[in-house]
Amino acid sequence: MPDLKFRARFPLLTLIVERLLLSLMLLLAVSVLIFGGVEALPGDFASTYLGQSATPQAIANISAELGLDKPVVSRYFSWLGGALQGDFGTSWASRNSVSEQVGRRLGNSLFLAGFAAVIAVPLAIGLGMLSVHFRNRMPDKIINVISLAAISLPEFFIGYLLILYFAVNFGIATFPATVYESMGLLERLKAIALPTATLVLVVLAHMMRMTRAAILSVMSSAYMETAELKGLSAGRAIIKHAAPNALAPIINVVALNLAYLVVGVVVVEVVFVYPGMGQYMVDAVTVRDMPVVQACGLIFAAVYILLNMLADILAIVANPRLRHPR
Amino acid sequence: MPELLSIRNLKIEATSYPPGEPPKRITIVDDVSLDLQKGKVLGLIGESGAGKSTIGLSALAYGRGGADITGGQVLLTGTDILTLGKGGIRKLRGARVCYVAQSAAAAFNPAHRLGDQVIEASVKHGLMSKEEARKRALYLFGVLGLPSPETFGDRFPHQVSGGQLQRAMTAMALCPNPELIVFDEPTTALDVTTQIDVLAAIKHAIEETHTAALYITHDLAVVAQISDDIMVLRHGKMVEYGSVQQIIEAPREDYTRALVNVRQAMRQEAPDQSQALLKIDNVSAQYSNGFKVLHDVSLHLCKGQTLAIVGESGSGKSTLARVITGLLPPSQGQITFEGKPLTSALKNRSRDELRRIQLIYQMADTAMNPRQTVRDIIGRPLTFYDGLRGATKTARVKELLEQIEMSNGFIDRYPAELSGGQKQRVAIARALAARPELILCDEPTSALDPLVAEGILKLLMKLQAEQQLSYVFITHDIAIVRAIADCVAVMHRGRLVRFGPKSQALSPPFDDYTDLLLKSVPEMQLGWLERVLTTRRMASAGN
Repeated sequence: MPDLKFRARFPLLTLIVERLLLSLMLLLAVSVLIFGGVEALPGDFASTYLGQSATPQAIANISAELGLDKPVVSRYFSWLGGALQGDFGTSWASRNSVSEQVGRRLGNSLFLAGFAAVIAVPLAIGLGMLSVHFRNRMPDKIINVISLAAISLPEFFIGYLLILYFAVNFGIATFPATVYESMGLLERLKAIALPTATLVLVVLAHMMRMTRAAILSVMSSAYMETAELKGLSAGRAIIKHAAPNALAPIINVVALNLAYLVVGVVVVEVVFVYPGMGQYMVDAVTVRDMPVVQACGLIFAAVYILLNMLADILAIVANPRLRHPR
Repeated sequence: MPELLSIRNLKIEATSYPPGEPPKRITIVDDVSLDLQKGKVLGLIGESGAGKSTIGLSALAYGRGGADITGGQVLLTGTDILTLGKGGIRKLRGARVCYVAQSAAAAFNPAHRLGDQVIEASVKHGLMSKEEARKRALYLFGVLGLPSPETFGDRFPHQVSGGQLQRAMTAMALCPNPELIVFDEPTTALDVTTQIDVLAAIKHAIEETHTAALYITHDLAVVAQISDDIMVLRHGKMVEYGSVQQIIEAPREDYTRALVNVRQAMRQEAPDQSQALLKIDNVSAQYSNGFKVLHDVSLHLCKGQTLAIVGESGSGKSTLARVITGLLPPSQGQITFEGKPLTSALKNRSRDELRRIQLIYQMADTAMNPRQTVRDIIGRPLTFYDGLRGATKTARVKELLEQIEMSNGFIDRYPAELSGGQKQRVAIARALAARPELILCDEPTSALDPLVAEGILKLLMKLQAEQQLSYVFITHDIAIVRAIADCVAVMHRGRLVRFGPKSQALSPPFDDYTDLLLKSVPEMQLGWLERVLTTRRMASAGN
């Protein structure tokens, strides 16, 4: 079989292509779920929009105007077709193009998540290494307890705690975290200080603990003893022998947490009234503005799947057994 | 001129953390002294826990897993290396003293090419340039008989076999031209037919490079082939220290004598009876992915006898046991038990069929629930098969403990509180509890020290005589086969290459594979390795 031969000759490529195809299929399945889920939501846009003046005739008119009288399947495919070309339709509430709105808001969300990642990833890896260095001693224990506490608190709670202390009691941070286009970078960073801190606290603990575990398992392996018995310096042993093996699990957990960051941003944006995708989506849900909800849902799912796929692929590439088959 | 290595009154301690008790200091090595001259090989031999690896690592001023060298001196050409600072010790390791670990598969870094790892120490210590080191590695790969030495170094550890890795590790140790190499059980994890090649390669390389070596092993027959002197250790203390000839031919201590005489014949071969208890006819088996692991195997076992199945890892001997138990139903052929066809799949077997065939595993550790006491472990089959409960069950458990020569005091112990040999005994009692007719023993002694293993084998033989038990005994150890078997089946790559009564199966004329297998088993004689290698060379020259 030619397929088997290809698989045997290029196991790495095969695995990566498999992951890509799998991700695409997953995204398609998710698009069905999102569309179906939104369809199944109780309540409808027309009655919410019309409020007191909702007569059966007015509702029917609006439904016809929005094309809701067509069958679900054909609406799904025309929606999917549009989405594939980057056109998510028109918002029912504001009559603006969804894509345009989403574009601006996605930028804001990625800015927030990205800034949180820039702080969280090095901090987590640094703290992980620190706690390995002080393994089972006081600094390790303190880091562990604090990170466990941070993991256990939901992000909205951390958010309100931060607001209470830093914005209300001490008044050193701004709230709400509103940003607008004419804002300078510094001003912008100052505005998002609290939401960033919340996100960092939420993802930090997980990454740090996984980093610690990965390094510890590598450090206790037989080849690290070999390195020591070869008389190599501690620095060389760590950089040359430990790092390449510890990197794969660390990259994996970092990518997974980045995915969580982008999606977890929803709750945090609402808490801090930050004009990102999450806020946009929640607002759209309250008025049953379906095209916006669907677009946001699909984009979140795509980002999540993409980052997970990246994590998988990086882990595959980092494995010498797959890179250099027998 | 001082000795190359001279260890004086070495004392090594460690802190142990027994569960539920305060930590305590234990002595691993107590007052051991030894001398090693340039170019000589000293064998350190003993059971696990004898402190032999710990002594070996002290020559690199290294304590594994929190072991502290608390007394004595380790003199390398007259300098006590224990008094050197961190930097001094670092300069010594990988340059003047090198280490070869038991599991080269774990000791090589999976992320780097073998060649880079082999020359790393020599280059980093500034002993030679990268070019010179590469040349030397190439030379050593050749000396150690590795295939295509020019490209061998480009491979990653997972791309070569276990025996090749062990030789690559030896090349890594030899590369910087060290004065001393510590070999820590370098052939223990290998199959016998591979072991003999690695052993020959190591011996050749030591002679070629005039390096001295500490050779650590639990196998006296192996160390006798390679050493000049031997030190026998037990519980961290020296038992006997002398030349190889004296230790093998005229041991002074009882313990050494026991090691030398381990596994003499225990059982007279019983005659082949016409009525077979277990009959396997033309059985083939394959994994669910279509990979065929057994090809057309036919053999039988008579009641009250022992059938030994020998072969290397991957020969299909454990798979055959899985087929008999029904874990892997055969794709072809039939198994007959007491004249009746045996239901092929485990899930379709009746409780009585299940009861009659029991299993003992290699790792008693993982085969028992660590959260259950001995009472529960042995009691479970009593309840399951015979419905025993309460006082009758306890009485039967005590009876079984007596049969496996353990006192009633063990009844409420957990597996973690038992030694390796005791755990295996409890596993035997659990099998006996079902009143089986056939017990499948899957390498039950290979994880045990020789003398403990001997105790287990004697127990199995005693139980067989008392209860007319039949055993299918899977092993890679020919010495065990010689000691206990009635019938022998030799397996190779999923095929049965030889089957018959022991006296016939283990005597000439041999097929090629059985010949190779039998000749590869180290014998407790001086010069055995040379003789085997000479005959091999003559045979290959004759071809």
